[in-house]
Amino acid sequence: MPQPHPTLTDEQTEAFGAELDAIRERVVADLGERDATYINKVIRAQRGLEVAGRGMLMLGFLPPAWLGGTAALSLSKILDNMEIGHNVMHGQYDWMKDPRLDGKTFEWDTACPGDQWRHSHNYMHHTHTNVQGKDRDIGYGILRMSEDQEWRPYYLGNPVYATLLATFFQYGVALHDLETERIATGEAKLSEKREMAKQIWKKVRAGWLKDYALFPALSGPSFPFVLAGNATANLTRNLWAFTIIFCGHFPDGTYEFTEEETENETRGQWYHRQLLGSANLTGGKLFHILSGNLSHQIEHHLFPDLPAHRYAEISAEVQEICERYGLPYNTGPLHTQFGSVVKKIVRLALPDRLLGGGAKDDPGQDAPGRPATVAEPERPPVAAAA
Amino acid sequence: MPSTEIPDAPKAPDAHAAPVARARRTTKAAGRLLRSRLLEALTFPHGTERYVELVEPLAARDEVRAEVTEVRRQTPKSVTLTLAPNENWRGGRAGQFVGLTVEIDGRRETRPYSLAGSQHSPGGVLELTVSTHPEGLVSRWLRDHARPGLIVGLEPAAGEFTLPATRAERPESVLLISGGSGITPPMSILRTLLDEGFGGDIGFLNYARSPELALYGPELEALAAAHPNLRVARGYTEASDVDAPGAGSGISGRFRREHLAAVTPDHAAAATYVCGPPALIDAVRSSWAADRLPEPKVESFAPPQIDLDPAAAEGTVSFAASGTEAANSGLPILEQAEDAGLSPAHGCRMGICNTCSCRKASGTVRNVLSGETSSGEGEQIRICVSVPVGDVELEL
Repeated sequence: MPQPHPTLTDEQTEAFGAELDAIRERVVADLGERDATYINKVIRAQRGLEVAGRGMLMLGFLPPAWLGGTAALSLSKILDNMEIGHNVMHGQYDWMKDPRLDGKTFEWDTACPGDQWRHSHNYMHHTHTNVQGKDRDIGYGILRMSEDQEWRPYYLGNPVYATLLATFFQYGVALHDLETERIATGEAKLSEKREMAKQIWKKVRAGWLKDYALFPALSGPSFPFVLAGNATANLTRNLWAFTIIFCGHFPDGTYEFTEEETENETRGQWYHRQLLGSANLTGGKLFHILSGNLSHQIEHHLFPDLPAHRYAEISAEVQEICERYGLPYNTGPLHTQFGSVVKKIVRLALPDRLLGGGAKDDPGQDAPGRPATVAEPERPPVAAAA
Repeated sequence: MPSTEIPDAPKAPDAHAAPVARARRTTKAAGRLLRSRLLEALTFPHGTERYVELVEPLAARDEVRAEVTEVRRQTPKSVTLTLAPNENWRGGRAGQFVGLTVEIDGRRETRPYSLAGSQHSPGGVLELTVSTHPEGLVSRWLRDHARPGLIVGLEPAAGEFTLPATRAERPESVLLISGGSGITPPMSILRTLLDEGFGGDIGFLNYARSPELALYGPELEALAAAHPNLRVARGYTEASDVDAPGAGSGISGRFRREHLAAVTPDHAAAATYVCGPPALIDAVRSSWAADRLPEPKVESFAPPQIDLDPAAAEGTVSFAASGTEAANSGLPILEQAEDAGLSPAHGCRMGICNTCSCRKASGTVRNVLSGETSSGEGEQIRICVSVPVGDVELEL
């Protein structure tokens, strides 16, 4: 069973949900020019960085050009995937009715085809966030990220798998929806997955052609430098995306749920689960943009289709509501949040009996099933692990 | 397009030549870039267009975009735009309309506006005169914000209120009757005919509320002075202005059969085009019916009067793509979809622009404009003017 988590009475849950609905309605009513200008500016910056990065890498035999080009290209890929791709594909800008920013057709510069992502992420992960057996983002089918996944000797390699996943994250994300481990166990038929695999291969091939053949070839004598620069940019983006995304749901103080718990969930209960299953990162404006505002993972999971640059503006209000209902609002700087994720990956490599009781990471366990009627003092979720 | 069958009228240099040439030149060069397969592979997955348009907003592989080259405000309630379209524009016929897309407060909005210029205009520039409606989001925005240099989106020209497709089929004589903002399609027909050197009689009966709201007064006077085969008369319909002098004639008030004599010796022989509010169209129609003449060609800009009986509505409307369904409320499907929380693409909401066209998987619908029912599987329907008759499934 997942750890018991802070609960509310039914009335409190619905009142909590109504308060969040009110925030949502207010933001939706206010959407307009400001949001359109923002996303267009980010896209302009990304396209500019892309052109500048590719251009500088043409002179990649000069070390400063190589460094500058690789940095610009890395930033372009990060912006493309996080603040633009991920958010546009959520439909955050559908209200603009601009076919270029249509959540249902947008494509991004990563191995995972947009259509598959829309299913695995927008639907599976966002609907079933942190529900054991349903949310495939828990461990991506290869890692042990929770005590509720039964230990097997295979998991001794947890830290190694995590490192490999981080390095090749774009491919991990692409393959994750194929449910390859379910093919291995016979739960899913290979033939069903063939069409999906074909689409992934098509996308991967186009990416490789661009990054590892055409651009290097165009540069002539700079071939190896361009190839290395492009590979580095892809790697940088992979490591960054892995770091941010793993900080979204796995730091200490995030909760998991069972399928039974979430049956016939009301809107209020859904909000409640999204809050308890997500964790934020603190940082500056640039950090938030480069994280695709997934540093506001809580706000993102409460309002996945609101333009992400709005999350920072509503976060204080969300936090205040959580305080009033005695619910934790899990936030911290990148190093503490990611530190606790790394610790968890290493710890869960070992069988539970070696962990001395386990579940040390759960700040909510001292309040199992207790309806929180009064606001309790904010407790940094990282404190328990420290 | 049929319009290409008509040889272009001689081109004269004009004020729009420079921007038009620029629009054509840049979009031609960009077109070559946009069709390069190598560049497409290098810009994967966004495509070359998504880069080029940041530098040259008129450039597009398929989309029709246009630059506003001139903005005139003939009256306090209208704005006249001259547009230089990019090379994807396939032309339009006199009397047709185009969907015009602008971005207002971050949102793209599309509305249909009739072409007012000649289909042979030098450089292929387009003219639209947009009349404002008190509640009209796009028309008011254009009146207040349109400026030269503005880039707009265009949809292909459409509409049946046109001259016959080829010059060989042109009628012997033409009678144009318009009211209010409905002056634009007849203007386009008139200018096109004159550009073609049409030799037959043209009569133009034009109604406006008052002299200050009358559109194209000076243009019509100049054209009538230059073309002896053109006769123009203008009536003002607002009570206080009934006796105000019209352009070139003494007609006053709303349409009456006697007004015809001011512009045509024989209205029975003329191909007649009527565009304006429903009251004008009805008046002309009944006059034609009284004379046992064939129905004139008509177009109204007013939304259709929908004869709805919600009590008689039955069945379920299913929106397959979004997995939503609702009990048929008897309203047009577009409204039912919106009531169900969907936001289908739409434009005019009166069955003209085809923006809301959607595939109907099954079921019967009634067109509120024609009253006809249709039950073909997989047919495209305009959901703004279609009401369900029983169960209907749509790919929305």
